[in-house]
Amino acid sequence: MRLPWWKRHQARELEEELQSHLAMAARDRQERGAAAEAAKAEARREFGNLLLVSETTRDMWGWASLERFAQDLRYGARMLERSPGFAVVALLTLALGIGINTALFSVVNGVLLSPLPYPHPEQLVSVFESKPHFEKGSFSYLNFLDFQQQNRTLAAIAAYRNTGFTLTGSGQAEQLQAQMVSAGLFSVLGIRPVAGRLFTPEEDRLGTAPAVILSTELWTRKFGGAPEVIGKSITLDGSSYIVVGVVPGELQLYIQNFRKNNDVYVLMGQFADPHFRDRNASWGTDAIARLKPGVTIEQARADLNSVARGLGTAYPGINKGIGVTMLPLKEEMVGDVRPLLLVLLGAVGFVLLIACGNVANLLLARATVRQREFAIRSALGASPLRVIRQLLTETLLLAVIAGTAGLVLAAWGTQAALRLLPASIPRASHVGLDLRVLGFTLAITALSAVVFGLAPAIKTARPDLHEELKEGGRGGSGARHRAQAAFVIMEMALALVLLAGAGLMIRTLAELWRINPGFEARNVVLLGVGLPPGMAHASPDAVRSSLRQAEQAIASTPGIESAALSEGAIPLRGDNEDEFWLEGQPKPASVNDMAWSLLYVVQPAYFQVMKVPLLRGRLLTAEDNEHATPVALVDEDLAHRYFPHTDPLGKHIHFNSLGKTVEIVGVVGHVKQFGLDTDARNLQDQTYLPMMQTPDDQLAGTTEVDLLVRTTLPPLTAEDAMRGSLQHMNRDYVIFGGESMNDVIGKGLAARRFSVILLVLFASLALLLAAIGIYGVVSYVVVQRRREIGIRMALGARRGQVFQLMLRQGARMALAGLGIGVAAAFGLTRLMTSLLYGVKPTDALTFAVAACLLCAIALAACCIPARRATRVDPMLALRCE
Amino acid sequence: MGKRYQNRIELLQGTLDMLVLQTLQWGPQHGYGISQAIRMGSGDVLQVETGSLYPALHRLEREGWIRSEWKLSDNNQRVKEYRLTSAGKKQLVDERSRWEMLTQAIAGVLKTAGE
Repeated sequence: MRLPWWKRHQARELEEELQSHLAMAARDRQERGAAAEAAKAEARREFGNLLLVSETTRDMWGWASLERFAQDLRYGARMLERSPGFAVVALLTLALGIGINTALFSVVNGVLLSPLPYPHPEQLVSVFESKPHFEKGSFSYLNFLDFQQQNRTLAAIAAYRNTGFTLTGSGQAEQLQAQMVSAGLFSVLGIRPVAGRLFTPEEDRLGTAPAVILSTELWTRKFGGAPEVIGKSITLDGSSYIVVGVVPGELQLYIQNFRKNNDVYVLMGQFADPHFRDRNASWGTDAIARLKPGVTIEQARADLNSVARGLGTAYPGINKGIGVTMLPLKEEMVGDVRPLLLVLLGAVGFVLLIACGNVANLLLARATVRQREFAIRSALGASPLRVIRQLLTETLLLAVIAGTAGLVLAAWGTQAALRLLPASIPRASHVGLDLRVLGFTLAITALSAVVFGLAPAIKTARPDLHEELKEGGRGGSGARHRAQAAFVIMEMALALVLLAGAGLMIRTLAELWRINPGFEARNVVLLGVGLPPGMAHASPDAVRSSLRQAEQAIASTPGIESAALSEGAIPLRGDNEDEFWLEGQPKPASVNDMAWSLLYVVQPAYFQVMKVPLLRGRLLTAEDNEHATPVALVDEDLAHRYFPHTDPLGKHIHFNSLGKTVEIVGVVGHVKQFGLDTDARNLQDQTYLPMMQTPDDQLAGTTEVDLLVRTTLPPLTAEDAMRGSLQHMNRDYVIFGGESMNDVIGKGLAARRFSVILLVLFASLALLLAAIGIYGVVSYVVVQRRREIGIRMALGARRGQVFQLMLRQGARMALAGLGIGVAAAFGLTRLMTSLLYGVKPTDALTFAVAACLLCAIALAACCIPARRATRVDPMLALRCE
Repeated sequence: MGKRYQNRIELLQGTLDMLVLQTLQWGPQHGYGISQAIRMGSGDVLQVETGSLYPALHRLEREGWIRSEWKLSDNNQRVKEYRLTSAGKKQLVDERSRWEMLTQAIAGVLKTAGE
């Protein structure tokens, strides 16, 4: 017998040990006077059967069960080799199932499960100031400072808001992405400087020397990564800042008001705009905090809410009713995509189950062929348990090969998924194969081996003798057929659930595309314009004329139909609000008792670019300038809410923070500012103000405005053309960030579209596998009942009748599956409610279409073997049995 | 196959284990040496079959009661020596006390029966 490698060495040692025993025994005898030959022979005789001694000793080594396993494994491999067709189909099906499960799990693992890349990530929380109108409102800087000083549960809290600068004096003028942060932001996250130092709390206040931290990327790109740049100064928006350090540009914070990639970081406390020190002004400022060790998020929430109540008492006019919204940082980052990913993970789980069903059926069909083999084994005394063990070893082998192939498939599939993954799915960079993913693959491989292997193994190992005898030993085991049918019914049910889910997502997407955003996004390109650095300290009139000149230069660029500068007027981008009260009403005591409106500060051409429809009155004109009466347009929502029975035209409203009263001169359509599906959850009322009528004190210091243009040119071509005309006029203008409005809308839907693509893909796969499953079983039945069909046809049955008889076999399984599937889908689609829009999770139409589609495919799959049945030659069929 | 030896192992188990452990208490020894020591120690009464001895040695080693090591003998021959481990020492104490209990009990029974 050939020993496995791990035993050969041990066997050699045992041989040597026994031989040394013999040699010593012989020598003893020789020393006592025996002849050499006789001594040897005597020693041999006394020793006994050398081979038997070594066999009995080997039994002590404890490899017996492992050896049996290896034997089963070799046998299983030989069985797979002998039926390559079966092996290939089963392996492909399983590898596909395991592969997509692994790929999707690696996404779930990277996005949802892997910890945030900071020390003690569980202590990090996102903090927002909640107000009556905004759950996740933004902090006013003064309130933030009070929260920072008065809390007792936070190790540290840091605020941030995004901003931008024009970098001059270091090569060509360039627009920089910037983050305005509290000094503690980096230490809250545990980020260390790449060079230089971090900000100190002492410099985080007005009157200190302006400091800047560069991103690694800007440091390398602009300054060649030279350490000497630390301590030097750079010019941002015309002011000089001292470079104190370098940190990574991507901090992997996927949260609102924090850019994915930053060029520079500056200190919030040094921000000199006096309006920023207004307790009522909150400029897109959110916060991140680290809990003190041992403090729970509930305790911290309670603590900060009590600080908020204190602020409400101290400043009732502004802070009445404020609180904080606090949630784990990771939750804030990935909470929105969790339901989507879990639904997808569930979907691929179903696909794997269907794949297992198919392989189980293949095994069951093969078991018929191997019936003789197992009968002989049983006759030779193999216990049912031993046979089950052997069969499970075979299926385990199958699963392990499939799992390995699946892993390769997943490594490739994950790469593909990453390319497909919309940018709106956070933390995509964390997706990859790691130990946890490998563990998952191992687990589902083992699990699927049990799922598809156990039923056939039990069925095979315990043949129902009674049944076999009744059938006259002619194969056609009814019990086995029933088991196969059960698997097919399960597959049909699972496929239906997936189809229904995919259908609901398709309908959701269709509903979303049908929504009118309130403007015409086609051919609109949005950009940013940076004014020359000198404007930061220029007079309001100079700013106005600079804006006018810029717009004129842009609008006269060839290929640009119309162009409008604006602020806070790009749908789906940042928003700007102010509180107001109506003319003739007393001014409410607290801002939180006032009405709120979105503010769109626009140039008159805005309406030509965006094509927001005019409903009543007039649009804005060039005459609505700094010298004319302040006017405004309101949207239909504001008009309905505040002027339900009167004509809004000619009425006045007072804006609180803006400090100005305007006359309503027109009513325009509502724009879905907050996304196609989520708009209704946010502030609806909208007011348009002429940019030229912006109060002097707020116009001063304007360095950057938004630009919307209508053009048929591609965004970047348009951007280059406009840059040409702007810089022709003045080299210090900057134009940046060209993006088509359709892309912006598309990004909002990207996560959904991604999930629709995947769900449709998975549902199709499920449908295909289920069709193969039902095809296989009906084919099997046709083969098993060939003799019966032959007899029927010999007795005069027509081909059509035989066809129907066979088709009915399939139809019965399909319908049973449909019934169970509809019931299951009814319960399960509820879990995806948060992903749907404009369609109920139990939408009857979707369910009906899914059921019809599944039924049609199933019957089509049955037609092929049923047709084969009609071609049975009665004589041949009867003779061959 | 192997029935003859297996029966003897069962018969001698425990006792043989104890004798092997006891022998090794005097120092490391190879298989042949152990069998000779038991034979001489028993005044030629106990003859240990190799078919029992070697399975027992390999089993005791697996239990962790003895450890083996290849050594060169006085005759410059490679031999496998066994030595007692601390777990083996404890096992020997246990087996001895069980053996004494057994012999006392049997002696007690025989005495009563003889009277």
